[in-house]
Amino acid sequence: MRSGHRRSIARLITIVENDELASRQAVANLYADTGKAHIVGITGPPGSGKSTLVNELAKEFRKRSCRVGIVAIDPSSPFSGGALLGDRVRMQDLSGDSGIFIRSMASRGSLGGLAKMTGNVVKILDAAGYDIILVETVGAGQAEVDIASTAHTTLVIEAPGMGDEIQTIKAGILEIADILVVNKADRPGSERTITALKVMIHMGAPAEPDRHHGKLAATSENNSDNMEDNATSSKTAASKGDHSPWEVPVLATVAVKGEGVSGVVDQIQAHKRFLMYSGEWQKRELARSRQEIGQLLQAEFVKQMASAVPAAEQEALIEAVAERKIDPYTAVNRLFAHAADQAWNRLGSG
Amino acid sequence: MDQRKIRVLVAKPGLDGHDRGAKVVARALRDAGMEVIYTGLRQTPEMICEAALQEDVDVIGLSILSGAHMALMPRIMALLAENDMSDVAVFIGGIVPNDDIPQLKEIGVLEVFGPGTSTANIVSAIREAVLGESVL
Repeated sequence: MRSGHRRSIARLITIVENDELASRQAVANLYADTGKAHIVGITGPPGSGKSTLVNELAKEFRKRSCRVGIVAIDPSSPFSGGALLGDRVRMQDLSGDSGIFIRSMASRGSLGGLAKMTGNVVKILDAAGYDIILVETVGAGQAEVDIASTAHTTLVIEAPGMGDEIQTIKAGILEIADILVVNKADRPGSERTITALKVMIHMGAPAEPDRHHGKLAATSENNSDNMEDNATSSKTAASKGDHSPWEVPVLATVAVKGEGVSGVVDQIQAHKRFLMYSGEWQKRELARSRQEIGQLLQAEFVKQMASAVPAAEQEALIEAVAERKIDPYTAVNRLFAHAADQAWNRLGSG
Repeated sequence: MDQRKIRVLVAKPGLDGHDRGAKVVARALRDAGMEVIYTGLRQTPEMICEAALQEDVDVIGLSILSGAHMALMPRIMALLAENDMSDVAVFIGGIVPNDDIPQLKEIGVLEVFGPGTSTANIVSAIREAVLGESVL
């Protein structure tokens, strides 16, 4: 896998998706080799042209000599558990290029738009030496928040005339987007969408120094200057050892024609420079690690608890709560005490 | 729902442009709980093999209505073998004369599904090939 052998990478991804125990071992082995890749999350409503844009971004990154990993996530059917993973259809241009690896994943019941194992799949591609990892997911519900905590750079894509009135563009986008893209910009209504987004960015919450994503400029008159600002400010920041806040650019693209794509890649690269020179990269890595440990701890804890207390006893407690014989907090305290006793006994006898 | 999902690549090799059948099968497999990577039209043998490799599929389902199966299949099977993927189950759906079926099976195609095959039969054939279970 480390030498970039693609079958090994693919096999390892399958193991991580299916086998939790093997997954732990795999991650333990490769973790030291992760942390180099620039992870870019791409989210937006269905039909906005995400896969087409990902295809174009990958081509442009390849022109700039970057190896690209792509993880394309589609929802699993809640009824059958199956999934139709059709993102590759839009990425035909990328076939035959050994510097690109595309993997389709089904969400498998995760509600947030990311598959539970997305993080581990990204780690595999990172360790295998891909410089840029594009993670594409349908923006629905919690998805934006999920992707923002997995990626270094979050790109949100919208398309005009999707039936979204401007007012219904979710406020959440502005919280997490580092880069906003209005695709299908040759369609009527795109100017309105672009303007509305720029206005919303400027009217958004005032800039806070510890803001996790999308630092908003306190004063900025013309958003179209943001692109040059970001590109030059991150370069001058390199020499000055200082940073101005990141100003979220709103970019217009026509992905099927490849228009505007080069500008998006410029901004992605500028954002990485910004993260590096401002110390934000380390901050985000800390936040990502904190979140991952929290999630794993929670899952592990629940698992340990479930096995420490006999199922019959758990059921009895649950019934007691349903019948209002005890309240939920008391029930949990009892479960916890029981589990702690078991742990104590194990320690004593072990 | 068991964790182990059957992953199937559905592709149309060659220049054949009629994909309704492939889409019907893709949806049926999804409804049967499988993860279907649908790659669409005009796939070359190289593209099919590359996708199958990256996606680490259990099954490749090829839709061929153009009569080009004898030209395409040997190349596809050879590429799979070269890439250590001979354990992937390969099925063909479409228009294939009965006379050609033995030859196809000889190079490793598991089954050929002609017009009118029920999707239920396709699903059980796949499950049997991948999981070894026979569905009554």
